[in-house]
This record gives sequence, structure tokens and C-alpha cells, in this order.
Amino acid sequence: MDSPAPYFHWGFILLSVPNLVVTGLMLALFGAALIVPFPGGRGSKSKSRKQ
Amino acid sequence: MSRSQAAVPAGGGWTGAFRRQIARRLPLEELLPTNQPAYVHSWVYLFGAITIAALIWVVASGVVLAFFGPQWWHHSSVGRFFNSIHFWGVQVFFIFMVLHLWTQFWAAGWRDGRGLTWVIGVVTFLASVVAGFTGYISQQNFAAQWIAVNAKDAVNATGMGALFNPLNFGQAYGIHVMLLPASIVVLVAAHIVMVRMKGIVRPIDAPTPGVADASPSNEMAS
Amino acid sequence: MSAEAKAAYYRNVRMIPFDLVKELALATGGVLIVVMILAAVFSSPDVPAVTIANWAAADPVDFVTTATSELAGSSTSADYGPPYNNNAGSVQTLWFLKPQSWAGVHTPVDPANQFVLQPLQQAAIGDPALTAALSTFLGASSDQRAAWLDAYSTSLADAQANNGQVTVAAGDYGPAPVLMNSLVALARSGGLDGLLLASNQFFATDYTGSLLFMGDGGYLEGLANEQKLTGNQWGMMHETGRYPGQAWLWLYTLGYQVPPFNEERGFLGINSGNADLAITVTMGALTLLLVLVPFVPGLRDIPRWIPIHRLIWRRYYAEKGVGPRADDGTA
Repeated sequence: MDSPAPYFHWGFILLSVPNLVVTGLMLALFGAALIVPFPGGRGSKSKSRKQ
Repeated sequence: MSRSQAAVPAGGGWTGAFRRQIARRLPLEELLPTNQPAYVHSWVYLFGAITIAALIWVVASGVVLAFFGPQWWHHSSVGRFFNSIHFWGVQVFFIFMVLHLWTQFWAAGWRDGRGLTWVIGVVTFLASVVAGFTGYISQQNFAAQWIAVNAKDAVNATGMGALFNPLNFGQAYGIHVMLLPASIVVLVAAHIVMVRMKGIVRPIDAPTPGVADASPSNEMAS
Repeated sequence: MSAEAKAAYYRNVRMIPFDLVKELALATGGVLIVVMILAAVFSSPDVPAVTIANWAAADPVDFVTTATSELAGSSTSADYGPPYNNNAGSVQTLWFLKPQSWAGVHTPVDPANQFVLQPLQQAAIGDPALTAALSTFLGASSDQRAAWLDAYSTSLADAQANNGQVTVAAGDYGPAPVLMNSLVALARSGGLDGLLLASNQFFATDYTGSLLFMGDGGYLEGLANEQKLTGNQWGMMHETGRYPGQAWLWLYTLGYQVPPFNEERGFLGINSGNADLAITVTMGALTLLLVLVPFVPGLRDIPRWIPIHRLIWRRYYAEKGVGPRADDGTA
């Protein structure tokens, strides 16, 4: 892990691949969290909160 | 509303008044509720809790590193392991803090009087960036040398060089292990208390509660 | 907000059971497992620190060139300005803003004496040749010293390193070569690292002298350049080896890669000469905007214009039939 990282170089953009992996992971996690259905139905104890 | 605590009787001086305020604003069952709105139904709601979990391990591993001293994490394999936990904990902390920020931005989590909650959250993010910076220059390795030598120019250019010297390990280390973790924990606690006091913000366009014409809840331009 | 107000906020909202402590416990356990796996598999970056001894051994010509500029007062540190001294070589201003000058000198550094002459005076104890060279140098006029150092530094462009000694073409350099070669020897022994850290005191935690000296040279920067850690390599975001760096600094480091911040000429009074100040001011303004999003019209409406929230609350919207500006959106 101590050898130099590979880099992504495009124009003036120069980013290390590990950083790109982290960024890609974040975008993937965010997208997945939005899209993947959240478990649990309406719930057997659902009722309006009583005052 | 139901309360498990008895109402705090009048009187009792400052202590009584303080207790009544807390009982009014954040009784125990609001601080530690056992239910939540049904609209809290998305994986994005986990990002904040995961951020807190990461902070717990960053602080815990940091305590161990501080206890054994700055040479330990270079010379001992156990020390290096705790250094690694601290390093990856910080990565996880920032990843999920930013995901939590994205969530709150796109959900406009500041609505309905929650502006201060947002402000505290962003300030916590900034404090974390500074904590990360002081941590990086406290490592006592090559990266610490290089970051300090470069950062000094930005610190000096803004006049902050009169207060903080990035090349001074003692100063950076003390700020990193004591001042900033304490500040961040206080900020996070305030943030959580705000969230618990106000409750989870309703979805955008949900009807405003208790308003006769049931107009959508907003603090945004229509 | 009082508990009554919160109850009113939740009126007519369907509530479901929720175990807060369990969620936090699971999150804490889950994160611990993930972090421990990452730590066990990948370890963490820890490239050992570079010493002045390393520098003098690896590149004595660069070391001597830098030390000569320190003595001559022409190095970056010697000419820096506040907080180190009252020169102006690295003072940044932007429009009417002069915070570096306003802050003043708070960390006094005198490179010629601290980095060169005082260590040599220590090393001169028991060394007649060095004692004599120092005496010659200190006894000369400032014009004479400047002439020697100027000639010597010009000759260093073609210097050779032999067995740790730096040799240059013949010329009138006065005692400069003796001083500098003694300094190289002192550095290679590790003595200079010690003297710069703990000069006149026993306990030390302040590396200002050593780091300023090394930062003035090319060795530290050369190593950083190999790892793409320098300012115009997006270095702020990067880490040694194959580890992720401080990715959250992306916008801050982006500033250093684009005009006017990376141009000598620039515009609007911003150029590479005051890039640190200009970028910090810019980032400060953007940060303030981020803090104040809830209160800034337009910014706070972006979530409504780009409705990602429709995904977050899609079940709620489906159940309630609530849409943008729904007139019949009663719960």
C-alpha cells in the first residue's frame, strides 16, 4: 500500500484513484440509499399520535 | 400528551426553574423516544447515526493513541493497528457526515424552525475539518512535515499565523487531542438535542400541522 | 420549541415503533467491524519523517545552496515577512486586506543566525579551521559577506558532491566553502536536527526552525512531488501511498489549479502571489453561504427545484397523494 497510487489525469484534473474510489463509493451509497426499498410495512401499531 | 415524569412543582429556586425548562422542552421520552413518524422510511436516515458511530471509534482509538504517546504508533505493531483504526475511522466519519449533509440538503431539513440545527451541523463539519488538519500535522511522519510546511502559507496569509503555528507540534497536538474533540462532542450533542427537541422534519409539501387551510409546510419560495 | 409544540407538529402523523438505542448500537458495532477490517487489511500510511541529516546525505549540493541563501538572507524563510520577520517576500495582500501584515511578527525566526551561524559556532568548538573561518566571516563588512555569498551561490549551480563535500569552481568566496562544508558535516551527523530543535533548551516540541529550513530546499519538495502532494498537483487531497487522502478538501484544493489563482498575472487583483489569501477568502465566503443556506432565498429552494426528496419520501407521497402545491393535501 505504500507504493505510489495510480492517478486519473484529465486536463487540469489530477486525482488519485483511491480518492476517486471513495468519491464513487459515496455517490453509489447515496444513490442506493435513495433507491433501495426500506424494509417494514405500515406496522401493526400504526395510529395517529393521540393528544 | 403523555408524560412519565411528574410535573415539576413550582418553586425550587434556580434549580427548580431549570428543571421545569428541561421538562418542558425535552422530557426524557422525547430525548429517547420509542416511536417515530412513519415518513422516516428511507436508508438515508441512517447516515447521521453511522457518522456518530464513526466518531465514537475515532475518539476511542484516539484516546488509546494519546495514552501511549506519539512514538507508539510508529514502533509498535499494536500501535500501528490503532493508528489504522483511527485513520479509517476518520475516512468513514467524513464519508457518512457528507452523505448526511447531502441528505439534509436535498430534504431541506432546515424547514419549520430547524435552521439552527443545520447551522450547528455545518459548524460541526468545519470543526471536523480543522480537527482532521491538526491530526494530519500531528502524525510525526513525512506527510505531517509536508502538510505543515505547505499549510503554514495559508495560515500566515490570513493572519492566523499570529495565533497558530502549524510547524509547532506541541501546539497542533494539544489542539487536536483535547480542544477539538471536546468542541466536536459538544457540537454533536447540541445537534442531537436540537433534533430531538424539534422532531424529524415533515416531508416537503406535507400539510402544516394545526393550520386550518392545511397549506404545505414551507420556508421556501413557492 | 417545547414538548407541546413538538406534539402539535406531529399531530395526525402516523407513528411507528422505533428503537433508537438499538439503531445506534448496531451502527456502532457495524462501523467497528468495518473499520477493523480496513485497518487489518490495509493498515495506514506512515512514511517516516525526513531529517536534515537525510537531506544533507541525499543532496548535499541542494543543502548547501539552501544554507547559503539562508545566510545571505535571500531564502524564502529569510525574506518571508510576518509572522517570522519584517521582510515582505511572502506577504500576501488582497485589495484592502492585509491580515498577514496586521498580525505582525509572533514567531521570530532569524535564519542566518539560527540555521547557520549559531550551529556552526557550536561545531567550531575544538575545530580551529572552522573557528578561523567564522571569525573571518563575522569580522567582514556586510558588503564583503554579500559579495562572497553571491559569488559562491552562483558557483553552486555547477557544484559537485564528493564524499559529502561540496566542491565548486575556483573563485573568491572567502570563508563560505569552509563554513558550508562544515555545516554539511554537522548536518550529516544529525547534529543540526538536534540543534535546530533544542537550541538553548532541553525540552522541545516546536519544529519551526527545522521545517522552515527543509522547506526552503528542494529535497522535501522533490519527495512530495514524487507522491503528487504538491499544491498544484491537487496535493491537499492526496495521501502517501495508495491511501485515500482528505477528499473533503476537494473544493479548497481546486482553487489552486485554476485561474486566476494559478496564474502569475491573474485578474481582479488575484494571482498566484496571493492565492492562499484569495482562496481562503473565497472559501470563507462559500462556507458562510453553506452555513446560512436555510436563510438564503434561492439556495434554500434548490431542493424544491431538484426534487430528490421525492425519492426519500416516495412512500409518504404515494400514501398521501401529496404533490407540489397540492391543494387537497390534507393528512
